Amino acid sequence: MNRSLCALVLAGSLATPLLAAETKPAASTTQAPRFPYFVANCFNCHGTDGKSTTAMPSLAGRDREYIEETMKAYKRGERPATIMQQLAKGYTDDEIAILADYFSKQK
Amino acid sequence: MSRFNPDRRRVLQGLGACATLATFSRNAIGAGDNRRKLGKVIVIGAGFGGATAAKYLRKWSGGAIDVTLIERNSRFISCPASNEVLAGNRPYETLVHSYDNLRRNWGVRVVRATVVGVDADSRRVRTDSAGELAYDRLVLAPGFDFIFGAIEGYDATARETILHAWKAGPQTLALRQQLVDLPDGGTYVLSIPKAPYRCPPGPYERASQVAWYFKTHKPRSKVIVLDANDKVISKEKLFLGVWESEYKGLIEYRPGWNVVEVDATTQIVTSELGDKERGEILNLLPPQRAADIARSTGVVNVNDRWAEVNWITLESTAVGNIHVLGDALQAAPLMPKSGHMANQHGKAAASAIVEILSGRDPQPTLLANTCYSLVDDRRAIHVDSVHRYDPEKRLPLVVEGSGGVSLEPSVEEGQYTRAWATAIWKDVLS
Repeated sequence: MNRSLCALVLAGSLATPLLAAETKPAASTTQAPRFPYFVANCFNCHGTDGKSTTAMPSLAGRDREYIEETMKAYKRGERPATIMQQLAKGYTDDEIAILADYFSKQK
Repeated sequence: MSRFNPDRRRVLQGLGACATLATFSRNAIGAGDNRRKLGKVIVIGAGFGGATAAKYLRKWSGGAIDVTLIERNSRFISCPASNEVLAGNRPYETLVHSYDNLRRNWGVRVVRATVVGVDADSRRVRTDSAGELAYDRLVLAPGFDFIFGAIEGYDATARETILHAWKAGPQTLALRQQLVDLPDGGTYVLSIPKAPYRCPPGPYERASQVAWYFKTHKPRSKVIVLDANDKVISKEKLFLGVWESEYKGLIEYRPGWNVVEVDATTQIVTSELGDKERGEILNLLPPQRAADIARSTGVVNVNDRWAEVNWITLESTAVGNIHVLGDALQAAPLMPKSGHMANQHGKAAASAIVEILSGRDPQPTLLANTCYSLVDDRRAIHVDSVHRYDPEKRLPLVVEGSGGVSLEPSVEEGQYTRAWATAIWKDVLS
């Protein structure tokens, strides 16, 4: 396993308990470290791993705290947007922290 | 994508990189030698769902899952954005994309063939030109087929001139040509089937695009929308608002108008109530169902039309080891049959299969959707939603308070609409 994949799996292992608490998954949570797959929801518009080549802002390598606070501001309706103020409400604060962490680590 | 990108490295491992490149990534190759192969997955259908599943199976397994993608067409042709082509607002060529990057960047084996049958017991796929292929897990993303029989007279001969253009390709170009050839003062009739069908806002976007074309090129012409549904089923206030403010007198909207018959010689359609309408151009969208291969495989178990899935894994509830994506599946409440959603299904299935083949229990993931519609040459509107798995209902339900629609059409959203298309094509295919 190469280094970047290890990093992702570690991120996933930190993320999983938080996520589990929020979403109450039906199955057991005593799992091996897993990847936070839901971050790929953002890839459709912002590019695979947040690497955008279009008018959509790139997320890869951006400051973790900036992404997290921006998403939370969208979620609270305090930051104007076309769609993000609606989509951000679909994610828990813990999930927002996970995706901010993920994108901040993409090179 | 950089040569030293980690994903690229993993692909090189998967391919057993050639000697020249091996000097650049010796460590990665060494790791690859010890890599456990997790299994073989065949994906049928390389549209928004299937191609995404193929890419992400490779990406998220680090190349440890062998992926064969079977597609009957030589190239990907995007249905999203094809309404713009009808109005002359986008070149057709921009819809057409190669599958080469799935091979090159991700090591997906892309096979051009038509699947003639699936034997779920022996886990084999039979094709017309690529022989028989074995799988551990099958991803079925075949899209939909029309129920042409629902419209009497819409036979093979009638279909030569009366188009649907609801699968992008030659029909997109042919319908564009019909619109170009239409004399000013002509009538274009668009029929919409009862939901569910592919792309809920699509017909209303199409009506808007054609109306824009008429307004700017043939102002005496008219769009008549015959909708089998009781109302505009997506972005209703926004579409009706634009039609009132921009296309008054150009668009006539008739809800509850279900086309059941067409006469190709007189160009007249008839509703189930006996109403008649004539148009120089008839653009008919018959009712839809999961594609034939889904039916013959035995996964169609909802109303004889769609495939029910387990929403954690997207595995068929009828046949084991087969995951169904995209338009073919029985959608969850408020979940559209859209290219965006199919891409999300592809990722959900890929993540579940990676987990299963790695010996772990798959967990439900979140699914998000965004559908943009261009209402003229520059401005767009959207509808979006986020769906979270409900363990009691066993369905991904819209998160309360999430999602919504635009306040009004805007140029900014028009720019995002076009950016969305470019971005998702890349996410699916590169």
